[in-house]
Amino acid sequence: MSQISESMPPKGGFSFDLCKRNQMLVNKGLKQPSFLKTGTTIVGLVFQDGVILGADTRATEGPIVADKNCEKIHYMAPNIYCCGAGTAADTEAVTDMVSSQLKLHRYHTGRESRVVTALTLLKSHLFSYQGHVSAALVLGGVDVTGPHLHTIYPHGSTDTLPFATMGSGSLAAMAVFESKYREGLTRDEGVKLVAEAICSGIFNDLGSGSNVDVCVITKGKKEYLRNYLTPNPRTYVSEKGYTFSKKTEVLHTKITPLKELVDVIEAGDAMEE
Amino acid sequence: MSVKLQIFEYNGSALVAMVGKNCFAIASDRRLGVQLQTVATDFQRIFKIHGKLFIGLSGLASDAQTLYQRLVFRHKLYELREERDMKPETFASLVSAILYEKRFGPYFIQPVIAGLGDEDKPFICTMDSIGAKELAKDFVVAGTASESLYGACESMFKPDMEAEELFETISQALLSSVDRDCLSGWGGHVYLVTPTEVTEKILKGRMD
Repeated sequence: MSQISESMPPKGGFSFDLCKRNQMLVNKGLKQPSFLKTGTTIVGLVFQDGVILGADTRATEGPIVADKNCEKIHYMAPNIYCCGAGTAADTEAVTDMVSSQLKLHRYHTGRESRVVTALTLLKSHLFSYQGHVSAALVLGGVDVTGPHLHTIYPHGSTDTLPFATMGSGSLAAMAVFESKYREGLTRDEGVKLVAEAICSGIFNDLGSGSNVDVCVITKGKKEYLRNYLTPNPRTYVSEKGYTFSKKTEVLHTKITPLKELVDVIEAGDAMEE
Repeated sequence: MSVKLQIFEYNGSALVAMVGKNCFAIASDRRLGVQLQTVATDFQRIFKIHGKLFIGLSGLASDAQTLYQRLVFRHKLYELREERDMKPETFASLVSAILYEKRFGPYFIQPVIAGLGDEDKPFICTMDSIGAKELAKDFVVAGTASESLYGACESMFKPDMEAEELFETISQALLSSVDRDCLSGWGGHVYLVTPTEVTEKILKGRMD
């Protein structure tokens, strides 16, 4: 009866039933498939009223750019956002999972979520998978205890910092922060600095590119500035576009109507008592 | 001398989906091979989930068929409970969850999902083999010919194309890309979906 239990909707968590088959293929010389990575530059900084997070928008699959405008700043709670670098499926799954756990926790407690709650949930999940869930995160938010910014590494270690960068472009972005960051920045100065750090990653790191996303979180308010800067517009568009002189040869066509066309026949005789 | 086993290149495939004005098109090649030998020239890669939702599965053909059967099962359960069809965004999340569940022993699949959502707004998305969704507003590609397809679609695509022009563009992009890939080809299979009808066309291509 194992076949029936396999097809039933699962109870959640990972399923390892294809591992034996995949291991057999590896022994035969299989090269493991590459996953979608977010090469990435992600940053966060604490300013006088709260936290600002920033990210680039390129998703890579090996050397190819798979998505030119993906979203790397994930929603965790109305007052907490999280940027993710590493394997894209892992960052999305882990942030979605913790976001749902936080919502349930908010219903249980009746209070606004705290950043340290999200931090603990994320680090304990990542540690229990010993780094195999490859998600490097920058978590930031403002709660009753004030603004907080943390970095979380794939093995589960965390740091609490006034400014942080992660991802392949982290060195380029950190160079900008180390020279220009100071305590007590205003909102506009902070956004400008975050945008500059991300641009530094976009232009100097090959794994990061396209546009800059910024998220400003203050007490009671958040602003998600999607595509705040677009320094890489497409410049090779041809006005005429492509026209194909020779039409594609079609061997066989089948048309299925989606909406049933109703034929109205003449109204029948009225019923008589 | 044995060829080193590349699992995504074992069967060969090419898939592309494009968005037009209130319509979408999804196209695939028709070859099924075992490494360099061709076994079938009429292989179905694009499957219908319901009238306005299609999924194309590239990669290992056996995993594609298994996964398709699992998805049809889950969609039928959903239809029984909800008494309506699944929205494409919901279906994409379902596929993503099923793939991520197998994170450490994945299906060797790259799906391409295309459908008409609320108010007949076209929706397309693709994922890697562990369910990382990539939503796009213009086109998505998958398969062994994906690098050529990226290039062809990037130059041939225009926003807001009508159904006829969209069909022509997606066919030309598909055929020109598979001509540069040994592992895919042998014709093309295009589904063009508008709010009123689904048109299925088989293309004549190079049979080499």
